[in-house]
Amino acid sequence: MSPIIKRKGEKFTLPGKYLLFILTILCTGMVLLTFNTTVFSGPLGAAAGYIIVPFQEGISAAGSFLRSRSEELGQIRDLIAENETLKAKIDELTIENTRLQQDRYELTSLRELYELDSQYDEYEKVGARIIARDSGNWFYSFVINKGSEDGLMVDMNVMAGSGLVGRIVDTGPNWSKVKAIIADDSNVSAMVLSSSDNMIVNGDLRLYASGVISFEQLKDSEDVVVEGDKVVTSNISDKYLPGILIGYINTINTDANNLTKSGYITPAVDFEHLEEVLVILEMKQTVEE
Amino acid sequence: MKRFIVTAFFIFICFLMQCTVFRALAFGGIVPNLLIVLTASFGFMRGEKTGLLIGFFGGLLVDIFFGSVIGFYALIYMYIGYTNGKFSAIFYPEDIKLPISLILGSDFFYGMICYVILFLLRGKFDFSYYLVHIILPEMVYTVVVTLFLYPVILRVNHSLEQQEKRGEKKFV
Repeated sequence: MSPIIKRKGEKFTLPGKYLLFILTILCTGMVLLTFNTTVFSGPLGAAAGYIIVPFQEGISAAGSFLRSRSEELGQIRDLIAENETLKAKIDELTIENTRLQQDRYELTSLRELYELDSQYDEYEKVGARIIARDSGNWFYSFVINKGSEDGLMVDMNVMAGSGLVGRIVDTGPNWSKVKAIIADDSNVSAMVLSSSDNMIVNGDLRLYASGVISFEQLKDSEDVVVEGDKVVTSNISDKYLPGILIGYINTINTDANNLTKSGYITPAVDFEHLEEVLVILEMKQTVEE
Repeated sequence: MKRFIVTAFFIFICFLMQCTVFRALAFGGIVPNLLIVLTASFGFMRGEKTGLLIGFFGGLLVDIFFGSVIGFYALIYMYIGYTNGKFSAIFYPEDIKLPISLILGSDFFYGMICYVILFLLRGKFDFSYYLVHIILPEMVYTVVVTLFLYPVILRVNHSLEQQEKRGEKKFV
């Protein structure tokens, strides 16, 4: 039957190709609309957040519960084995005692490092748990279990431990999406702490496996930047607060133009095993144009 | 109505698994694409319309949580569902070769589109790297998961069809 003229009593059905056409226009329209604005992300995010997020939280909570239980079981087994060996060889205890003393020195130095870390204390932070990771394999973003109801906003910086993880790019009432600095489409304006030379740090999908991120456009005419130097967020970035540790320079090469340098940075954060993150509630001050 | 609830439940579970459980089971950071398996299988089992609707809503979920714009993944998944629906005429439940090759093809298509639009257009020309390290591993992992997921989808669809047939007989 013709899709336009229909007999009375005949049930109306929309043929697949028309539905495809309508939805294609709808999708294209939404892509164009959301490319620069956030018209739909509010209501859609809220709706999806109330349905999906509780389950994501549940699954990740169950996952981490099971992981910690299995770790506990593994530890009990280890402890029994350890106990036996310790009983058998008391001599080893003395050796271990020496090692523990060495550990104490390490602890002292770590405490000193911790005090260095207190430079971030001035920022008010809130902890959040990662409940879902990107469903595709092309980018690196994740969802955390706090959102606009907890006072989080787009562009707030996210840290883990003492290093920069990324920033919030989307919020729902009870969830936020964080784009990591190692994601292929993310760029961070950074500087070398020792010389205050600015550079751009960009994530690269090809470098995920080797655990580094690349940097470019470092102007270092006096050749003072060396491997191992600390890289922090720069004070000219309009999204990131200044002075947050990104990582340490791993390799450094002079570009073909002989003016700038590029290379790799080892991030301060272990992105493989992220579970909890800290969101800085302060926002970078920007000038309204 | 029952079919609607079951299908919605499938989309929901596949999306959740993909971004939580399979993230923990990822081999070399690669997750299988459950939503492709779901979209493609419902496409060739039920026809173009079901395929494109499931693709649309599955893709929309991905867009809301992980996309930078809304509608991009919805569009890709929708076309995958629609194209798979074209094969429903030559689909037989006993045959496993057609579903596997269709799902493989769909995932390859998905990977290619993602590469071309999201990477090639940003000047990332190292295609062989992305093919070997992202697209192909994802296809392999997806096919492995298909071997477990597809029979479940097939059986659920079969029992739904049986119930619908019984319902029709009651009215006649």
